[in-house]
Order: sequence, then structure tokens, then C-alpha cells
Amino acid sequence: MIAAFLIQDGVTSGAIYALLGLALVLVFSVTRVIFIPQGEFVAYGALTLALLDDGRIPPTASLLVCFGAIAFLLDLWGMRQGTDARGFLRSLTLNLILPGVIYGIASVLAPLGLPSFAKALLTILIITPMGYYIYRIAYRPLADASVLVLLIASVGVHLAMMGLGLVFFGAEGLRARPLADANYSVGLLPVPAQSLWIYGATIAIIIALYVFFERTLLGKALRATAVNRLGARLVGVRTQLTGVTAFTLAAAIGAVSGVLIGPITTIYYDTGFLIGLKGFVAAIIGGLASFPVTAIAAIGIGLIESFASFFASSYKEVIVFGLIIPVLVWLSLSHAFHEEE
Amino acid sequence: MKDRFSRGMAAIAVLSLSAFASPALADVTIGVTVSSTGPGAALGIPLKNSVELWPTEVGGEKLKVIVLDDAGDPSIATTNARRFVNDDKVDVIVGSALTPASIAVAGVAAETGTPHFACSPVPPNISKGKWTFILPQDAALIANNLFAKMKADGVKTVGYIGFSDSYGDLWMGQFKAMGEQYGLKVVADERYARPDTSVSGQVLKLVAARPDAVFIGASGTGAALPQIALRERGFTGKIYQTHGAVTFDFLRIAGKAADNTVFASGPVMVPEAQPDSSETKQEGLAYVTAYEKKFGAGTRTQFGAHINDAMAILKKAIPIALQKAKPGTPEFKAALRDAIETGGPFPASQGVFEYKADDHLGLDNRAVVLLTAKDDKFELVK
Repeated sequence: MIAAFLIQDGVTSGAIYALLGLALVLVFSVTRVIFIPQGEFVAYGALTLALLDDGRIPPTASLLVCFGAIAFLLDLWGMRQGTDARGFLRSLTLNLILPGVIYGIASVLAPLGLPSFAKALLTILIITPMGYYIYRIAYRPLADASVLVLLIASVGVHLAMMGLGLVFFGAEGLRARPLADANYSVGLLPVPAQSLWIYGATIAIIIALYVFFERTLLGKALRATAVNRLGARLVGVRTQLTGVTAFTLAAAIGAVSGVLIGPITTIYYDTGFLIGLKGFVAAIIGGLASFPVTAIAAIGIGLIESFASFFASSYKEVIVFGLIIPVLVWLSLSHAFHEEE
Repeated sequence: MKDRFSRGMAAIAVLSLSAFASPALADVTIGVTVSSTGPGAALGIPLKNSVELWPTEVGGEKLKVIVLDDAGDPSIATTNARRFVNDDKVDVIVGSALTPASIAVAGVAAETGTPHFACSPVPPNISKGKWTFILPQDAALIANNLFAKMKADGVKTVGYIGFSDSYGDLWMGQFKAMGEQYGLKVVADERYARPDTSVSGQVLKLVAARPDAVFIGASGTGAALPQIALRERGFTGKIYQTHGAVTFDFLRIAGKAADNTVFASGPVMVPEAQPDSSETKQEGLAYVTAYEKKFGAGTRTQFGAHINDAMAILKKAIPIALQKAKPGTPEFKAALRDAIETGGPFPASQGVFEYKADDHLGLDNRAVVLLTAKDDKFELVK
């Protein structure tokens, strides 16, 4: 009975870690960025949803406008050597009009008291473009830098986003309302509807990613970039476009995770990092390359965490993060060393 | 080039002149270091806000206040405290909001002979220091009140769940030290961290141990996580929370799950409900009214009240010290320290402070009230 509870709990957290792990693998394989700020999207998503529940205009909407403005200024700087009207218009639409429209939608809809599902969609709409702007502002200028430089940039983006989170959301935690309040029971085990949403969304995203990579041209371009950046460029894949896609997808996945996790726990401006780190452990077990291994590893981490919190709650984090050591040893023994630099 | 250099030198000279000149004005200078960012931000921000409510003058002397952020980091807190003493020539240091940072500040205060108010609990070796005075209630004081209430409620077995840090250990330590006196037996000891996504495992174990009541040793909204999980898993017994959990944010998060819960708290959370004879009512009401007027209704916290109480003490102690020496001198600092130690009792918002040479905690049972939550509000337990 207790084991069943623990398994249910573990699979629920594991599903969230799986989403984060997938996003990390996605970003790393395409752009070689170890995307530490992934967790921040989760926190932003959850906090945005919680504020929408209160009928307030989420500060992330205004943050989006600021990000857009910075990206626009960077574009202008890039165009100082002269440019065509089309590029200018594109940048204007993408960086100023789009966030402006989203801000408008958010400020009109927020006080209306929407149904939970609409609020969740609105949250995803607000957070997703942030992935693009983060890429444009922080990573595109560094696209050809080494993995180490990109990692350092990631740490910087993480700290900046966490600081912005503190300014905009305050230091105290928030908790969103669940998408559905119902409780189902499977045998003796009560399963809250929110957990079903989490399982459903995780499976749907995994399938969608699979279809995207296997069936669409853009997905294939992303895979080609992941396999060989230079080769992909030679055959005409726009590697910048694949970078944009990877980051936007990662932000969308982060926002979905935030919407899913917001109602089951209290989220603080700095919670995202720890959740992201567990997704990172899963991604490492998957060698930062394999989607299925990452997903399975994430579920495993959720289960181990859940059982550890029952049997040895003081050592829970030690056990979870200690897992990474044997995996790293095994990975470094079994793989020939093939760092790009 | 040379011109620019000499201009720069001139600027530096003028600036440093003004820096040297400021202590000579003989204002009373107070340095405040709090964690307005970092892991202690939830505590530090109300502290910083409350500084804005300080008067501009005490005992006829102008008040000069310098507020710095230490992000809860002991090494930054040390740097801040040294800056206060060496550059700003402060007469009093206030801070910090987290225990490790407060310990660091206390070290500088003791070394330089500067009166120091700590806004967080500190271990006994620090509170015995000559220059450091403690504002928050000691854990033993709170635990005594809560344990007595548990005994009165007929509680015999307790399940404990707390933060996996020194705060969690602190309350478990109180059980080990005093639990037996009150006939309390701890049947489960579980830990969790504030950013955890779930405490289901710990809660299952607590519920399986079938305690009469559960004691949660956590603070702020972090204390709501096990509270909600316990109610979700069908635990209907009484839950006891420490004063760290008594914030309106906690009630906002916990909602209905906060029913049938007893909180220990400083009196500042409910000055309206206190009888007129209470010595903490007047100061508490004045502080809460001023704070909520400036920062919005329902924003009062116990943390911010410590800043108010430091000023309540200084308002009485500074005039006494001014009779003996000029501000900005070591003699003034010594006189101020003596005035804080002997000038009491100081009625304030969180209790009546009566420091003595061998007691720098200074609070008694007047500093603790027991509350319950009803309809998203805290109510005094009669």
C-alpha cells in the first residue's frame, strides 16, 4: 500500500524530470549548450500560472516585452552596417510587436477569471517566446564558442533569470490551483487528476518530439545539426534556425512542466534550479544524447527520490545526486573520449 | 592625460574629505546588513522595508542609517560589518536575517566593540557575547510554550518533520532537551528541503507511525508543504507550527489545510486582538499600522518587527548614552551598550526586552502568543 503511494508519487515527479531532461538533451544535442536555466522556465511557468489564478497580470508578460526590446536593440546593432527593409520588419515584428501582443492578451484576459485550462495555455504562450529571446540575447553571439564558454554563459543566464524572478515574483512561494480538482482511485490508490495530466502531457510531448524529429523537415534539420554541425551547414541547413527552434521548444517544454508542477507543490523563484538539476542528472545518464534513456532515467530518479524520502529523508538529495557518480564513471569507461575541442 | 589624472585625484580628495567629514557631524550612525536577496530574501526584505519606518531623529540627534545587502552570505556580512565600523564609524550594527550571517556580524561587533542587534536566533556561545543582543525569541522559549500547550491538549506521541538544515535540527534539539519534561515522545523524525517537489514519502511515514500530533519545524511558505500533504493523506490530528511559519503567505498557500493547527508566534501578528493591558499592544499596533499603510494590507511579518524593536530599544538607550559621550566615539558605543543592558525593560512589538549582563536574549513569556488559523486569519488561542 505504502509502496503503491510511493511509486505513484515517484512517477509523478519523474515525469516532470523527464520533461526537463528531454529539453536539456534537445538543446545540448543541437546547440552544445548545457542549458542550466531550463529550470527557471519551470519556475516562471508555475509562478505565472499562480498569479493568473489570482487574477493578476503576471510580471513575466512585462519581462517578455523587456526581453523583446533588448533583442531588438541587438538586432539594430547587428544591422548598423546597413540592411534591407525586410530584415528590419522581421526583427520589429518578432521582437516588439509579438511580445506587445502577448502582453496585451495577458492584460485583457488576466482579470477575467478564465477556466484553468485557458490559463495554462496563456502561461505557455507567455513563457515560450522567452526561449527565443534568451537565445538571441545570450547564445547567438556565442554560437561558435566552445562548450565551456557556452556553459559559463548558461550559468550567467541562470543567475540573471533567478535574480529577475526574485524582483518580479518576490521571495515567498506561490502555489497554483490544479487543472482539475478531481481524485480518481485505482484499486486502493487515490490518483489526483493533476497527476494524470502530468502523465498525459509527458507522454504527449515525448510522442510529439518523436514525430517532429522523424517526420518533419525542420526536425530532420535539427537532427542533422546535432549529428554534425558543419556537415549540416554544408548541405544547406540554417544552423541558426535550428538553434532558435531548440531553445523555443525547450522554453515551451519548461512552461508546460511549470504549469503541471505549479499546483502540486509550492514554487519559489529559486526552485527551478533544483528541479532542473534532477532533469540534468537524467540527461547525463542518457549521455546528453538519448531521449528514451533520459526519459526512463528520469522516472527512475523520481522513484528513487520518493523511496529515499520515505526511508532516509535527511539523505534524500545525497542519494539522488550521488547516483550520478557511478554513471559518470561508467560513461567515461565505456565511451572513447570524443570531445569536440 | 596628466590633466585628467590630476582632476581624478582632486575628485578623490574631495570625496574622501566628505567621507572623513561625516562622522564629525556627530549624527548617530546605524549600519544595517540584511539578506534582501538570496535564500534569506523572504526574511530580509521585510527587515529592509521596516528600516524605512525608522524616525529621522533620536534624542535630538540626527539618525544616519546605512542599509547593505549580504545575500545571507557570512563572508559578505563580515565585509559589510567591517565597512560599517571602519568607513562609516557606526555606533550600532543591526543584522543579519539568517543565523550564519548574524554569527559573522557578531564576530566583528565583539572584535571592534560595537553594540550589535541580531535579527535571527544565534547559538548560545554567540548570545553570551558582550556586544551582541538578540531580538528574536529563543527557540527554547517558543518550545516551552508549544510543549506546554501540547501537554494541555493531551498529546503524548509526536511525529516530527522539519527542514533538513540547522532550523530543522534546532527544533528536534528542543524535543531532545525538554520533550521528556512535558511527557512527549517523538515517534518519527523526518526531514525535507524547502524546494522539494513532494514530501509524500515523509508524510506517509509520519502517518504510519500514528502520532497524536505532528510538529513541523519549518519556516515561511516552506512550512505549508508538509501541512498540505498531511491533510491530503488524511491526517486529522493537531499540527503544531513554530513562529517561523506565522506569515500570511503561509495561510495563502495552506488555505483550508491550516485548520486544527496551533502556531506559536510573536505578539506582533495580532496586536488588535491583544487585551489593552498587554505591554506589547501599543508598540505592535503602531508598527503594524505604519507598515501596512506603506506596503499594503496583510504584509506584516514578525521578521520586520525585529527592526522596529531594535529602534524601540535604541529610542530609550541612545538618550542615556548621549549624556556620557558623543556619537562616533568608542566611549559612546560602550555607553550605549551599557544603556541597552541596564536601561530596560523596553516594551516593544514582539515582547518586553529586559537584557541583563548574563542574559542577552532578554525575553520572557510575554513574547509568545499561541494562535490558530481560521478563515485565512490568525486568531489568538484563548
